[in-house]
Amino acid sequence: MATVSIKNLVKSYGKTEVLHGINLDVADGEFVVLVGPSGCGKSTTLRMIAGLEDITSGEIHIGGELVNHREPKERNIAMVFQNYAIYPHMSVRKNIGFGLRTSKASKAEKAARIDEVAELLSMTDLLDRRPNQLSGGQRQRVAIGRAMVRDPSAFLFDEPLSNLDAQLRTQMRLEIKKLHQRVGNTIIFVTHDQVEAMTMADRIVIMKDGHIQQVGTPYDVFHKPTNKFVAQFIGAPSMNMIEGSLADGIVTLEGGLQIPIDTSSTHRGPVTLGLRPDDLLVSSQDGQFEGQVNVLEPLGSETLVYVSVAGKELIAKASGRTPPVLGSTIKLNAAPENMHLFDSATGEALQ
Amino acid sequence: MSATDLTIKPTSEALLKTSGNAGVRPPRNYAQFIRWMLLFGGGILMVMPIVYMLSTSFKFPFEVYNLKLIPEEPTLENYQLVLEDGRFFNWFTNSLVIAVLTTVSNVFFDSMVGYALCKFKFPGRYIVFIAILSTLMIPTEMLVIPWYLMSTKLGWLDTYWGIMFPGMMTAFGVFLMKQFFETVPDDFLEAARIDGLNEFQIWWTVAMPLVKPALAALAIFVFLGNWTAFIWPLIVTNSQELYTLPVGLTTFSVEQQVEWELIMTGAALSTLPTLVVFLIFQRFIIRGVVMAGLKG
Repeated sequence: MATVSIKNLVKSYGKTEVLHGINLDVADGEFVVLVGPSGCGKSTTLRMIAGLEDITSGEIHIGGELVNHREPKERNIAMVFQNYAIYPHMSVRKNIGFGLRTSKASKAEKAARIDEVAELLSMTDLLDRRPNQLSGGQRQRVAIGRAMVRDPSAFLFDEPLSNLDAQLRTQMRLEIKKLHQRVGNTIIFVTHDQVEAMTMADRIVIMKDGHIQQVGTPYDVFHKPTNKFVAQFIGAPSMNMIEGSLADGIVTLEGGLQIPIDTSSTHRGPVTLGLRPDDLLVSSQDGQFEGQVNVLEPLGSETLVYVSVAGKELIAKASGRTPPVLGSTIKLNAAPENMHLFDSATGEALQ
Repeated sequence: MSATDLTIKPTSEALLKTSGNAGVRPPRNYAQFIRWMLLFGGGILMVMPIVYMLSTSFKFPFEVYNLKLIPEEPTLENYQLVLEDGRFFNWFTNSLVIAVLTTVSNVFFDSMVGYALCKFKFPGRYIVFIAILSTLMIPTEMLVIPWYLMSTKLGWLDTYWGIMFPGMMTAFGVFLMKQFFETVPDDFLEAARIDGLNEFQIWWTVAMPLVKPALAALAIFVFLGNWTAFIWPLIVTNSQELYTLPVGLTTFSVEQQVEWELIMTGAALSTLPTLVVFLIFQRFIIRGVVMAGLKG
């Protein structure tokens, strides 16, 4: 168990800088998820923590010690890879025990440790199988087992669930979270899936183009996004964005519609109004917006409604039981406190 | 594929009508027939020398130039003569030792170099790879003179080492192994690196078992190549005790006449180890050759 601390981490390939000074502190036992679109530098960051990529500049501390120049094996971390990286020519027992090869423990101790880990992952009856006799989920569990067996100070997960089908992914997500609650190790988890990030993380780090956009709890990044990118990246379907301009607490939208807003900002000028579909409710009486229903997407418990409002398509959520009629004109209502306001020029959130 | 389960396309139906004969097969089968005949012919061409080799080994000298496949008076005398001649075993052992050692050396070093060229990113690795590949373009005949000069200077003439050294590593093997290591995901190696293995251990315990088919294919290629090698062993050896089998067999012909029946018997016996090697590795070799073809 250990803290991981990253200071001003920079990575360049030749003249191309891909990480532009990352700062991050992961507390002991914390589950941190790095999330972002592909190419945002999240995997590179993780690989630098693991010691698989050279550090161009900056510092990485694990357990309070500077590890910049240490080999991966000297960092006392374990990593789980996207394609599991379990060896097809070895049994599950050997795969799990692989991490102990270099340990000085006795054979009996090693065997006991393997059994303990297998027990924890409920794989005891699979120990003598070969990887090709295992399902995707079981293989991933072997990979996790191999990581656990050395009892590392931190676990690094590099998109471990993206090769699994949707149902298995949900299941493994839960298993990893439970495992963390039971074992309590520090975990840094990389994914491009915002649902994975939201469901598992203690804190989420949202990255884009080699910069950290926001670090916060799932609640923070969802309800208080610091900029347009985070607001749109987190939450599905993504936040509706409407251009307009702000003056004296009133946003005038492109169509001329005026929306009074709950803000203390003194900003004047072009702004973007952000509304989560969840906060945009179909209303029978009053509503700030009015438009025609273009498309309905029933999801069972709720229905996504695509409404064209003043030439702009907005997504709203309606009840799954009594959705609006396709082609009808409906009213949409959003509470002022649920509206998000962003500076159109910088993309930063306005309070 | 039988003629009945072929679906006849409209175009070939028109052709069928012009033929006016209900018993005529679809034209596609003519093509099939020609293909079979070509393949059959090719097969015969390849098998004939082996059949003649076997046939001649059972003939008396007077019958050697008679091209009949079945000897009129079959005999095992040739086998007796060759096997009782101590030199044959001597040459056989020489060939075996040299082929086995060279094979082991190639499997070890070619894969090591191929691995390094494939998985380590160091400046100039592309140039090194091209340099190694370019040696494939130089025919053995041209290399024989520098090899010979080298052997003379270093005192390697007429030694096992002298026979073996040019083949201890091959550019082809390096190329083959490099291409195969491309199929090994880096994650495997990185996982092992994190688990604390050094680079040699990673290569040996993780990467090598994953390219077994290629190793088997390489082993067969190298073994066969060295087992049948002729020019270099002939040049580098002087004493009969150091002859390899192919070189030794030619001595059956240096006396007053060419004793074909003995040469053929020796040749027939010398195919046995290659047969054994092939039987051991055959389940790998086809996969190996196919994969090498795909990657190359």
